[in-house]
Amino acid sequence: VKHDDNGRSAMPAADRADARLVGAPGEPRTERLYRRMRFIRRFEESLLDLFERGLLNGTTHACIGQEADAVAIVEQLDADDHMFSNHRCHGHFLARTGDALGLMAEIMGKPEGVCGGIGGSQHLCASGFMSNGIQGGIVPNAAGIALAKQLDGSAGVSVVFIGDGTLGEGVTYETLNLASLWRLPLVVVLEDNEWSQSTPSSANLAGSMRDRFTAFGLQVFEIDSTDVEEINAIAERALAQARTRGGPVAIVIHTYRLCHHSKNDDNRPAEEVAARWKLDPIEIHGRRLDSSIRAAIDVEVESALQDIIDRALSL
Amino acid sequence: VIAARAIGDALRGALEEDDRVILVGEDLVDPYGGAFKVTRGLSTDFPGRVRSTPVSEGAIVGLCAGLALSGYRPIAEIMFGDFLTLCFDQIVNHIAKYEAMYNGKVTCPVIIRTPSGGGRGYGPTHSQSLEKHFFGVPHLRVVASSLVHDPAAVLRALLAQDRPVLLIEHKLLYPLHLMLPAGGRLEGDIAELQVSAGGLPTVSIRPVPRQDCWFTVLAYGYQAELARRVLSRLAVEEEIFGELVVPSQISPLDWEPIDASVGVTRSLLVIEEGVEGFTWGSEVAAQISSRFFGELRRPVATAASDPTVIPSSKTLEAGMLMTSERVEQAIRKVAV
Repeated sequence: VKHDDNGRSAMPAADRADARLVGAPGEPRTERLYRRMRFIRRFEESLLDLFERGLLNGTTHACIGQEADAVAIVEQLDADDHMFSNHRCHGHFLARTGDALGLMAEIMGKPEGVCGGIGGSQHLCASGFMSNGIQGGIVPNAAGIALAKQLDGSAGVSVVFIGDGTLGEGVTYETLNLASLWRLPLVVVLEDNEWSQSTPSSANLAGSMRDRFTAFGLQVFEIDSTDVEEINAIAERALAQARTRGGPVAIVIHTYRLCHHSKNDDNRPAEEVAARWKLDPIEIHGRRLDSSIRAAIDVEVESALQDIIDRALSL
Repeated sequence: VIAARAIGDALRGALEEDDRVILVGEDLVDPYGGAFKVTRGLSTDFPGRVRSTPVSEGAIVGLCAGLALSGYRPIAEIMFGDFLTLCFDQIVNHIAKYEAMYNGKVTCPVIIRTPSGGGRGYGPTHSQSLEKHFFGVPHLRVVASSLVHDPAAVLRALLAQDRPVLLIEHKLLYPLHLMLPAGGRLEGDIAELQVSAGGLPTVSIRPVPRQDCWFTVLAYGYQAELARRVLSRLAVEEEIFGELVVPSQISPLDWEPIDASVGVTRSLLVIEEGVEGFTWGSEVAAQISSRFFGELRRPVATAASDPTVIPSSKTLEAGMLMTSERVEQAIRKVAV
């Protein structure tokens, strides 16, 4: 699927995707970006609701407030590219694959889930996508995928999402060194949401996030924004740089998690969280849409998600 | 041919036969050719496919996982088995999990080779046999090199399947000559080679027919060689006849050759160099006792090194590791 205004197939693995959630081919980018963020937001809010109703088992980590990161990065990916995500992976997975039913069934523990109910919320696998729940460990795995692409002579890059908390893990730095030394086509996306579970990054992190990458010779693309268009613009530059085969790059996105870490575990100051809701990425970008178009998208997303939840529950 | 050379030749064969094979590890590249010289010459002949890495064991093994997930057949060398602790997360929470966790959508066939064991005076952090910490990890194969197994055949079998593998090579075996069974014999002994469904060999060695053996000894790696020498001498000098069973895959075990021997001798000793407590021998004892309860002539015996650090001093090291003398003592206890 080649999209109209960026030339890339923003959803290479969308064989199970519903156009009401991911957009039909040719949908203008502004609408597509909004639709996908809205899809991820409402999917996760629905999940939290299903938990409340006792219909889901286990745990989950929502990315409410960070949807723009996933959607913008995927906007710049090709079918050859690989994406590795972490515990907070629903947004990344849905942006990459559009497979809402597969994820919903997976989190419900059903055999029809993308990993047969074995992986659950944090351990997902689809074409061009994997996630795992151990902090830092996925970074060398993504570097290995990048090395495979280099050896294959593929044009693809390997993208790995980490959080500010992951900067505490030593294997991350082992990998930055190795990836830079071998000039691997690796893109490290650091989503700094300011809180590592219950601990602010100010209590976890000495020195500078940016300098951690520049110390190993990575070019850093840094942005403090929840605006999907701004993140898309910087992602475009970063991915273009990575595709020159000049070595790994880092994208540092300063964002904010508007929800709890997993479930019912939020001790952050209420006024801090409330202030950040003013930077809700869906509102920021939603204001760019004509209100009738926006409302129509909301209705489509809602009806598609309801269909998916009903189907998943009936499996 | 000595084991180090045979293993190097096996790796060379794998590189020749399959373009997807990549060797990764510290100091592998010529002229050094690896800390134990196993890979000497390979980087010259396979440039780009034999790669020296920074001192980053977690990243080495994690990188191999990504290669394997992408269809390559990476073989990592971890310079000393003691450093496996630095790869534990990658092996247990990544490599061994991916295939099952993703419901079979991918495979992650990483092979991790590592020189292990004591006897060289390298002290507490360069002498250990840490493999017991990996026994029983679901979906992981732990395989041990022994002189009676052909490294090329073992490596071919491992590359023909998709499970991740931890391959333990005792460093005292490297300068010793392979002793492969041929025509059902090994030197003066009867030698039986049984190959599991996965293509991995178990070799059973006995000086006399099995029904005339009084006991079975189960061992792998360097301990198998120590046991072979002791058993050979006891047979010639004292008419003490025991059968030695040497599996190549040590976790999970192929029980058939072990059960076949124990079913006849009804007595078993398990020897390992790792320190005692929650050992390979404990698991074998539990399984054999369960299957052969009432048939065994004595409780399953186990022998392992003392549960302490491995001293650098040669004398102190010999005082706590499983040496030839301790192997003999353990055998004599069951040979009555």
